[in-house]
Amino acid sequence: MTADTAGRLPDLLYDDTERSLADALKTLLDSQAGLLARTESAETYDTALWRKVAADLGCAGLLIPERDGGAGASYREAASAAEELGAAVAPVPFVGSAVVATVALLACARSGSAEAERLLRRMADGELTVALAIGFATAPDAPFPRSVRVAGPHQGDKASGWARLRGSVRGVADALPAAMLLVPSDGVPHGLYAVDLSSARVTRSGVVSLDMTRQLCDISFDDAPATPIVSGSAAADAVNAALRAGACVLAAELLGVAQRCLDMTVAYVKERHQFARPVGSFQAVKVRLADLWVSVAQARAAARYAAACLATGAADAPVAVALAKAYCSDVAVQAAQECVQLHGGIGFTWEHPAHLYLKRAKADSLAFGTADAHRRSLASLVNLPAP
Amino acid sequence: MLKRESLRERVGELLKSADTSQRQEFLDARFEAGLAWVHFPEGLGGLGLPRQMQAIVDAELAAANAPDNEPDRIGIGLGMAAPTILAHGTDEQKQRWLKPLWTGRQVWCQLFSEPGAGSDLAALGTRAVRDGDGWVVNGQKVWTSSAHQAVWGLLVARTDPDVPKHAGLTYFACDMTAPGVEVRPLRQLTGEAEFNEVFLSDVRIPDSDRIGAVGQGWTVAMTTLMSERVSIGSSRAVPREAGMIGSVVKTWREHPELRTPGLHDRLLRLWVEAEVARLSAERLRQQLAAGKPGPEGSAAKLVFARLNQEISGLELELAGADGLRYDDWTMKRPERANFFGRGPGFRYLRAKGNSIEGGTSEILRNIVAERVLGLPPEPRTDKEVAWKDLPR
Repeated sequence: MTADTAGRLPDLLYDDTERSLADALKTLLDSQAGLLARTESAETYDTALWRKVAADLGCAGLLIPERDGGAGASYREAASAAEELGAAVAPVPFVGSAVVATVALLACARSGSAEAERLLRRMADGELTVALAIGFATAPDAPFPRSVRVAGPHQGDKASGWARLRGSVRGVADALPAAMLLVPSDGVPHGLYAVDLSSARVTRSGVVSLDMTRQLCDISFDDAPATPIVSGSAAADAVNAALRAGACVLAAELLGVAQRCLDMTVAYVKERHQFARPVGSFQAVKVRLADLWVSVAQARAAARYAAACLATGAADAPVAVALAKAYCSDVAVQAAQECVQLHGGIGFTWEHPAHLYLKRAKADSLAFGTADAHRRSLASLVNLPAP
Repeated sequence: MLKRESLRERVGELLKSADTSQRQEFLDARFEAGLAWVHFPEGLGGLGLPRQMQAIVDAELAAANAPDNEPDRIGIGLGMAAPTILAHGTDEQKQRWLKPLWTGRQVWCQLFSEPGAGSDLAALGTRAVRDGDGWVVNGQKVWTSSAHQAVWGLLVARTDPDVPKHAGLTYFACDMTAPGVEVRPLRQLTGEAEFNEVFLSDVRIPDSDRIGAVGQGWTVAMTTLMSERVSIGSSRAVPREAGMIGSVVKTWREHPELRTPGLHDRLLRLWVEAEVARLSAERLRQQLAAGKPGPEGSAAKLVFARLNQEISGLELELAGADGLRYDDWTMKRPERANFFGRGPGFRYLRAKGNSIEGGTSEILRNIVAERVLGLPPEPRTDKEVAWKDLPR
């Protein structure tokens, strides 16, 4: 058995701070235009929008303590923000920088890294955007990455304190708009390094991605100069914490995607007439939306529980995050698929945004561990062993 | 208004003045002290306090090992009859019925469904005809739990067949010991008879047992049915792996020889769904406690019905060859509905009722679609037609 056998559960509702942050984001995001055109442009990330989200609304520093210039908020607020960003499929690196890279650096700072703390102070107000150089599909508790290695030093490295990294990472999310990378690197010992993306020895190439509202990139390091942050188990712990936080916040993002798909579809079937009546008056349509509404309501409880557990560092957090990511992945994909289907022909066109939600939902469902991967991790967490 | 502390003091006084070893007398004294249901008015077992303050009373009494009124045994009285009587009964009826109802001296049952009126309850055909200062009732009711133990039945009957179906109904309390009331066990596909059929033949009901105005039966019945939903929704948070999933995970852990990859995948999926359903129920409870009830209550029954069926189906497959055996087909009359203490075959079969009883899953989906999502209602051909002219 795991914790929480007594049935005592944390607050699963939204408090006033969370609601007002979500409202402010929704107001900002509702006024955005040109989302579809951006997916076919040279700059798929909306850096102007990200500045507003990161700096003006303070989302960059939600998880950063106040003494480092952040908001000192918790995963609950980060999850609320992610819901709204998901609902708008906003092309901003919130998850990659304000959650994943931030959580990795917070773990490093707790291990005593002054460099991590310096970076966090620059990230808190949105000035610096950072990405963790790890494949977007990597699940929490995955083995430490080995595709980048510490290479031999160049002349002068000793004075500058640099290490050199060589290798490549495929399919990294939110690295295209970043100015700095955190790179898990193999070596003796393995470690986590900061790499400035202005270096000519780092190459990012944008990937034609399933979800172009969060375009991935492949990154190669050719003896790239790197600042060591932490090494050994501290690095592995930092990467793991980052992946778990990423899975938790993606679950909230998926909830936002699902809710918006449901809302759009309900509005459409009330309006669209065939056979001289709204298509939403046919039971074949109604029951599908009723079932979807039930699933979204359930997903909300799962996503809230995961955020609440990470916020307090509860012992049940690994279970809660696996549960939320497994459940919300399936529900969001179902919601986006229903959105396409129940919009009929228009839902299958390029011009209608339904496909952006479908692609975001499906891509997110594969990211930071599939539903299946999280269910398999639950098997060991809650003692339901495989045959 | 009473504060928490003075409520505790009041419980302390009750415990001092009444003997907890004399169950029935203690319950009488608790009712008189206004500690039965604190949200009810003074003089009717309550103190006019917010509903959530009952938890303070219950905790104090549980700590003192005081006897309770066995709420499982009198669920229909507590959950359905009491709110209906409170909302629509006369002062005389409240005085007469609420105390024996709460103390468990009088069990109540619900005479709503009929063989010809299930999901379409308002189409019911049991007739009540005026006769002097009373009514004479004829008809048949079905799916009546506790009818064989009940002293009173909540009865909806047709008093005017010449108006559209919802307008011609009147609500009564039917004395289940009156001549002409015949209760027969109704055997289910599990083999046992948890429910009854009730035949009403020239049953006389005094007009003083009518609840609400003549022709207002549908409105009163809605109070009864909405109270059922509230009482389901406000139940306590349950621990992880309580309920149906607990039984199957126990077998999984204790019998490695039964495990297969296919069953493992299904088990993990159902474990996730059961745990998410538990969290959702808790979230709903928190919404109610914060005074912000959401529509999620209608989701809960849909989810639990489907999960109970899928989990019990898996449990039977996991049992392998033993799944081909059934524990007992003999006709029994259980005290209350209970999934446990019986084999997986019973759970599998009993769970089939979960998506039918208390509103079918199909009707619940329509309710969610229309009342929560605001989708257009079904085209209705029966709304303006006199009940007697409806096709049947």
